Amino acid sequence: MFNLAKIAVRNIRRYRRRSLLTITLIAFGVVFVLVFVAVSSSFKDLMIRQITDSYLGDLQIHRRGYVASIETLPLNLNLAPQQASNAVKVLQENPEIASFSERIKFGAMFSNFTETTNIRINGVVPENEFATCPQMSARISAGDKSVEALRKGKILVPVLLARGMGTKVGDTVVIVATNKDGSVNGKTLVVSGILESATGPGGRDGYIHIEDAMEILRLPQREISEFAISVKTRARVEVVAQALAAQLAAAAKDPRKAPFQVHTWAELSPFANIARMVDLMTVFVKAMLIAIVLISILNVMIMAVYERIREIGTIAAIGTLPGKIRSLFLVEGLFLGVAGALAGLMASLAIIFGLYLWKFTFNFGQNVGLILEPTLNPAEIAIASGMVIGVSIIASLQPAVKASRMEPIEALRHV
Amino acid sequence: MSLVSARDLVKTYRSEAIEVRALQGVSFAIEPRSFVAFVGPSGSGKTTLLNLIGCLDRATDGLIEVAGVDVSQLERQKAAAFRGEHIGFIFQNFNLIPVLTAFENVEYPLVMVQDWPVAQRHERVLKILKSVGMLEQKNQLPEQLSGGQKQRVAIARALVTRPKLVLADEPTANLDHETAYMIIRLMKTMRDDFGTTFIFSTHDTRIIGEAELIYTLDDGRLVQQEERRVAHV
Repeated sequence: MFNLAKIAVRNIRRYRRRSLLTITLIAFGVVFVLVFVAVSSSFKDLMIRQITDSYLGDLQIHRRGYVASIETLPLNLNLAPQQASNAVKVLQENPEIASFSERIKFGAMFSNFTETTNIRINGVVPENEFATCPQMSARISAGDKSVEALRKGKILVPVLLARGMGTKVGDTVVIVATNKDGSVNGKTLVVSGILESATGPGGRDGYIHIEDAMEILRLPQREISEFAISVKTRARVEVVAQALAAQLAAAAKDPRKAPFQVHTWAELSPFANIARMVDLMTVFVKAMLIAIVLISILNVMIMAVYERIREIGTIAAIGTLPGKIRSLFLVEGLFLGVAGALAGLMASLAIIFGLYLWKFTFNFGQNVGLILEPTLNPAEIAIASGMVIGVSIIASLQPAVKASRMEPIEALRHV
Repeated sequence: MSLVSARDLVKTYRSEAIEVRALQGVSFAIEPRSFVAFVGPSGSGKTTLLNLIGCLDRATDGLIEVAGVDVSQLERQKAAAFRGEHIGFIFQNFNLIPVLTAFENVEYPLVMVQDWPVAQRHERVLKILKSVGMLEQKNQLPEQLSGGQKQRVAIARALVTRPKLVLADEPTANLDHETAYMIIRLMKTMRDDFGTTFIFSTHDTRIIGEAELIYTLDDGRLVQQEERRVAHV
């Protein structure tokens, strides 16, 4: 193997300019893929983190049919107290759950005594909500940024409403809602903070303490509209969702009629479509890399075989077996690919590190000043390098096979 | 027992409507340790005959045995293995591998064809390079060597595996008279030292006289066989 490698390296150096051009081309492709993957996946992760850590959580549990009617926030599709208690038990027993927040959601009227508008209210347990959505604090642009902002008698008002109605921290407002029985009830609350909007729906979402919500809706026991759940390992969201669905179904009296539905963030947020588009673009960029490597290696190896026909004839004549001749050219193509991948990797790491230090900021929807800090997953490095190396071998195969099948006598006659 | 024997050897080349009979019923026998020349004008069939002996080509008809093996119809892979084990080649254009040094060129068959251990093959290569007088130039690339030096390296490469037979097609065609003579003498010395049979083709009248057995070919037929004793100079 060492001798195959030695001959391959010498032949690569022999056609220095052509080899350099090929290596540069491959390196350029690798840089393009890795930088694109680093930037796009960092953007995607950042946005997903914004969404899940701001209000959505990684997973949510609802009563069956609730999500389909979520725009109307139907109170009659809340999880009954016993069902909610079953869900809490399952969530507490699952070691992959970092935290969860139970919410009572309902539509209400928001009044500052001079104007009235509609609002979506989330009644939450402050500590659980802040633990499950750690960006909550960062979203509070004015007022108390701690869990104290959601103590009983307080309300976090969405910035859209606060601006539109001139509401400030410390103002008293009234929340009026119709309960399940059709009667109307209201409660005065003090504005403890103004809540910036997160990406996606939620522009009209206000937050109050869960007991205030129960009081407004005159709920004698705690019914739950949704559980927002944060998982310990985000990559395992799908697995945890499946496990939870199974556990919740098992907890139900009749598993076939289990009242629970588990949704991942991707099933609930429209950003999932953008994330899928980003993934699709990554696939296209990787396909481009494959094309670059395939064409450049194939071209250079076809040239190499053509220019060395007499040499092939000589080594075949002195007894080199066809398999060894094939290996000689495969190793040469492989080394070109490896050199290109290494050069591309070095350049990519330098560029990505530069971008990381630059702290590039961008705006997305309501979110302004988001900082893009591209990082490269080792798995992506392995995938890109593996692709280049694999395609290099595939591209070298045809010329290598052609070389190994040459009749020595004809190759020796070649001028 | 003959090292090489041919019986009624025929080789015909066909291209579209044209048929060329390069060899027309050639028969001969060559004993081990011989120093044999095939001579004749261009197109007489010398190279074709050497290619058949060297298992580089297949006969259209007839039989050819090398070291007791019928090589007239050997399959590609087996032919390559046979060449690697039993036959050394010396080419008119030297055909050294340009990216390898003189040492590495000679080492090549031991590494890529016969897979020798490092220490043994280094010893063997140094020994043979010394024999052909190329030890000092062992680290030079072919492009840094003269024609005569290249052919010495080629001889060393052909002999390094200690083959039974070395085939040389016009080995002195690209060399000046003095160098050509030196090369043919070197080949002969190697025959004496290693007991290898040398068969070469030539139409160079200056070196024909060095052969101990001369076969003359004309128009694909063996027209003369001359055995001679050559006095060492």
